[in-house]
Amino acid sequence: MKPAFRDLAPDGPRVILRIDGHDMAMRDGANLAAEMLAAGIMPFRQTPVSGAPRGPFCMMGACFDCLVEIEGTTRQACLMEVTAGLDITLPKGRRDA
Amino acid sequence: MHEAELIILGAGPAGMAAAARAAGFGLSVLLLDEQPRPGGQIWREVGRAGPLRGDLLGRDYTDGARHVDRLDHPGISHLGGASVWQVDPAGEVAFTRNGAAQVARGRRILLANGALERPMPLPGWTLPGVMTAGAAQILLKASGIVAERAVLVGAGPLIYLVAAQMVRAGTPPLALVETQTLGDVLRAARHLPRALAGMGYLLKGLGLLRELRRAGVARFTGATSIAIEGTGRAEAVTFTTGNGPQRIACDTVLLHHGVVPNTQASRSMDLPHEWDDAQRSFRPVVDAWGRSAEPCVFIAGDGAGIAGAKAATLTGQLSALAIAHDLGALPEADRDLAARPLRAKLALETAARPFLDRAYPPCAQALAPADETIICRCEEVTAGTIRHQAALGCLGPNQTKSFCRAGMGPCQGRYCGLTVTELLSACHGRPQQATGAYRIRAPLKPVTLGELANLAES
Repeated sequence: MKPAFRDLAPDGPRVILRIDGHDMAMRDGANLAAEMLAAGIMPFRQTPVSGAPRGPFCMMGACFDCLVEIEGTTRQACLMEVTAGLDITLPKGRRDA
Repeated sequence: MHEAELIILGAGPAGMAAAARAAGFGLSVLLLDEQPRPGGQIWREVGRAGPLRGDLLGRDYTDGARHVDRLDHPGISHLGGASVWQVDPAGEVAFTRNGAAQVARGRRILLANGALERPMPLPGWTLPGVMTAGAAQILLKASGIVAERAVLVGAGPLIYLVAAQMVRAGTPPLALVETQTLGDVLRAARHLPRALAGMGYLLKGLGLLRELRRAGVARFTGATSIAIEGTGRAEAVTFTTGNGPQRIACDTVLLHHGVVPNTQASRSMDLPHEWDDAQRSFRPVVDAWGRSAEPCVFIAGDGAGIAGAKAATLTGQLSALAIAHDLGALPEADRDLAARPLRAKLALETAARPFLDRAYPPCAQALAPADETIICRCEEVTAGTIRHQAALGCLGPNQTKSFCRAGMGPCQGRYCGLTVTELLSACHGRPQQATGAYRIRAPLKPVTLGELANLAES
């Protein structure tokens, strides 16, 4: 489906990063969660409790609903900037220990 | 180890104004902020928003740029991208930046942590596509991204501002679903005489409403029985008004019913907090300079009680004056003289607040959610579970936390704490103050074991 968000000025240099193994071009230095929304990525993850889908909620680092995994560490996407080569995995529910 | 006379947590209106004022008295200031660039949420990315976004967001936003400019001072060291995870009232602050844990030591600490959106637990509020109205505004400010096919739900002036900004961006919201009633506005009217001193805010609000009317944005007021529908993501908002049940299909739902002080850091130091009935939230106890019960710790801006960005620049400066005096950089008489105009402006800035608090009360349905509604987003605990724990004898939030994990997830109770306090308070008929709040402990933000280990070695 069509992304739920519109980019008012989709210009500027883009860099390539990977999300779940797919290459994506995003604006260099932009807010990662915002770029993912503009790219139509939704949900961002499934919860470890019930597997329910989630996406960004507060965009200010407080809710922890935009968690993604970057090179093995769980990070808040809304506090990250897009940089070339980021390798992002979207969390898929309960991690098997 | 960083050292500074004053360490400020938060580079929003209060933190930036305090930094500039304190540096003006010759103090060395370390300004720590989680965001890469200064501005806080209200002036987020104001330094690089550009003229297009500036026009959409209006002057109250672009005005923030001059506060950012004032940080360019040899006495101020601003560290962006710094997540503070421990604050010691004796003056030690631990934070992580660029993947490295670091410690800073200061003689005074100013908490300028600002506000959080008041939690708004409604059926379906955890679905992807449901965000806070503040989040939509941050997307617009920081990234120039606007939600299409959005419905704003709740109460308060921010809803009008966000809606108007969306109209200016050429993407009006589909509707405003407001929970306040005509009765709320009438009851608030007795605060109007005092609010007239803060006329600017009231006129701005009326101007926004005119803008929305001209754009043809649908407004529903007195909405009850609100729910967000969707399979896997938000697809519609349903609610009831005087005209019966309504349903609006949409892609994004933006919630807002006021903001509340972000008390994570002040709670982590076990500072005394008091329940503010007019704002339905806790706030730390501070004196007229923002000094807390810990003499070296000050709190300014919305984190000490919601009063808005302009008031925050004033309370931030008041704290800076008291700190400069504490540290011998400003005689008492000069401190008091400099405080006088700040206090006069503060009285004007806060004049409209009692009217606004009552005209746009928190959404009743979200203060007392139905049993099946999730109230702890992280651990997916429902209101019914909290009520069940209350029936079993839990009196306070720390007990329910132990029994059902509400407040134990990664957000550490930021988005369920007030709800749990309100639920337990209602179940037992005890005041919110007596019911209490979550005990907050460091780390306030996630820190990896590797980061901690490196800190010990350095």
